[in-house]
Amino acid sequence: MTTGNDMQRKQKLLATALSVGVLSAFAAPLAAQEKTEFRLAWSIYVGWMPWGYLEDSGIMDKWADKYGIDVEIVQFNDYVESINQYTAGAFDGVSATNMDTLSIPSGGGVDTTALIVGDYSNGNDAVIAKGAESLADLKGKPVNLVELSVSHYLLARGLDTVGLEEADLASVINTSDADMIAAYATPDVEAVVTWNPLVSEILGTSSDAVTLFDSSKIPGEILDLMVVNTEVLEANPNFGKAVAGAWYEVMGLMAAGDEAALTAMAEASGTDLAGYKAQMAATEMFFDPAAAVAQASSDALPTTMTGVAEFLFDKGILGEGAPSADFVGIAYPDGTVTGDVGNVKFRFDTTYMQMAADGAL
Amino acid sequence: MRLINMRPARPGAVLLAAVPFVVLLVAYSIASDMRLAANPQDKLLPAPATIAETAQRLFTVPDKRSKEILLWQDTAASLARLLGGVGISAALSLIFGLAIGLLPYARATLSRFVAVLSMVPPLALLPILFIVFGLGELSKVVLIVIGITPFMTRDLAQRVMDIPKEQIVKAQTLGASSWVIAARVALPQVLPRLISNVRLSLGSAWLFLIAAEAVASNVGLGYRIFLVRRYLAMDVILTYVIWITLLAFVIDWLLKTVSRRAFPWMEAGL
Repeated sequence: MTTGNDMQRKQKLLATALSVGVLSAFAAPLAAQEKTEFRLAWSIYVGWMPWGYLEDSGIMDKWADKYGIDVEIVQFNDYVESINQYTAGAFDGVSATNMDTLSIPSGGGVDTTALIVGDYSNGNDAVIAKGAESLADLKGKPVNLVELSVSHYLLARGLDTVGLEEADLASVINTSDADMIAAYATPDVEAVVTWNPLVSEILGTSSDAVTLFDSSKIPGEILDLMVVNTEVLEANPNFGKAVAGAWYEVMGLMAAGDEAALTAMAEASGTDLAGYKAQMAATEMFFDPAAAVAQASSDALPTTMTGVAEFLFDKGILGEGAPSADFVGIAYPDGTVTGDVGNVKFRFDTTYMQMAADGAL
Repeated sequence: MRLINMRPARPGAVLLAAVPFVVLLVAYSIASDMRLAANPQDKLLPAPATIAETAQRLFTVPDKRSKEILLWQDTAASLARLLGGVGISAALSLIFGLAIGLLPYARATLSRFVAVLSMVPPLALLPILFIVFGLGELSKVVLIVIGITPFMTRDLAQRVMDIPKEQIVKAQTLGASSWVIAARVALPQVLPRLISNVRLSLGSAWLFLIAAEAVASNVGLGYRIFLVRRYLAMDVILTYVIWITLLAFVIDWLLKTVSRRAFPWMEAGL
């Protein structure tokens, strides 16, 4: 029966088409080779607003043209998703904290380099409670936060200072940052750990909200970075130069108090100039590339990163394949490595920030 | 022979049913292989063997900290919320559906309201739900109820109104009160429809449950998925996805069986 064969052929065709479709949807990770088109992902946060401004103002295009490449900067509404997309190979770089870089791309085997150290949180992340006096009062209370995030790390560091552990709390309740303000308004929530602009929103609207601990007590531990794929960067130094050049041009504008640039960033982050400046006050921005180089080369960084790695391992975030907190190696500008020397997946590289400091871009 | 009259024989039919599953599995394995060849630690598409290992660990090995097997805890918490929400929705939709379908006053008052309510996107109201119902179990169940009750009510009311007028008139000539008509004429005819409504709305109910658990929770299937997404543990996520699919399939099958046993005359409509 010819029609039956036809059917079978169609079935086969359909199956092939389907599998090809599924396969192309899961394109293999970007191969490291010389190329001219690059994609960066970023999400809204006070210290990362310059990335949006770079794209909108044409400053990124100007620097990319200088080096004969094309750099596209894409905004994500979901921070974790932007890192996941980078880790999966859809982007060449992403804005992320040192902690999330270690746990997601580096822990996932994607060799990642911190191209730019943008700032550290200097009060932007905070533990807030209703009518409590000190961290010790959190004992036996539930705490709402985005679990496994920088907030969780901040809470652990805070509890350390008063000799408490997470087990001393009634519970830790995972709460989406999008709903943190509404959550704080409900009577059964007693304490939250979150970040700006949520911190200022909560402190501004609730009279009994008290800040018990914030990131200014652990300066330099929560770093906001632009991390890029190491292999892509090695094969394309022009990519690093263009991005660093454009970034520090905007840093110069911000340091000079350029109203137009700051207002654009403020509006993009959903606040006004005054509100943005208030958030900037809790953020230690490295306007000067030399200061960023100094932070990346600081003696304290290996200690911080080792502490972060231990925190991640303790929480099981480094993955089941991780035998210990030293599973991922982290390389520092002077060539030293903490963790496994044979599995270096996170590198602090000051090459391009140094070029910016030397005016060599 | 026309295409619409060509039927596969029994073994062929089973084979054909298996084809899309096999194709999906093969496509996944190839894609996973490609990514793992490029980066052996890739987390996005873990090898099927890795997923099997992870699944075995999740189902059998207790958590270091709490000494409990998290997957069973998550399952129990999520099923309780799901069944609670769906059960309340089914009861509410039955009561309101019968009232709207049988009583002109109830219809005049409620039918437009329910129609409008069924168009409201419940997820957009989450902050209000939290403040009114708190962040605990209640708001999760309420989200499911708000999400699926209006549409179930509308459908049931329509079914009641579809009952031939002659039946209602006849029952009245035999002396039946409104109450007896509701209980003996309308109810038996809409009960099978209620079960099929529950089956149809389970998909939405799961969706609302997982959304609610993603927002604020410390146990549950949706909670775990969103938590481990923070470190791209796709082996855990895929295990949970397969498990949820299986649970949903079993619940659907159970409801279908109950419906067949209890209402054999409705077989054709199920």
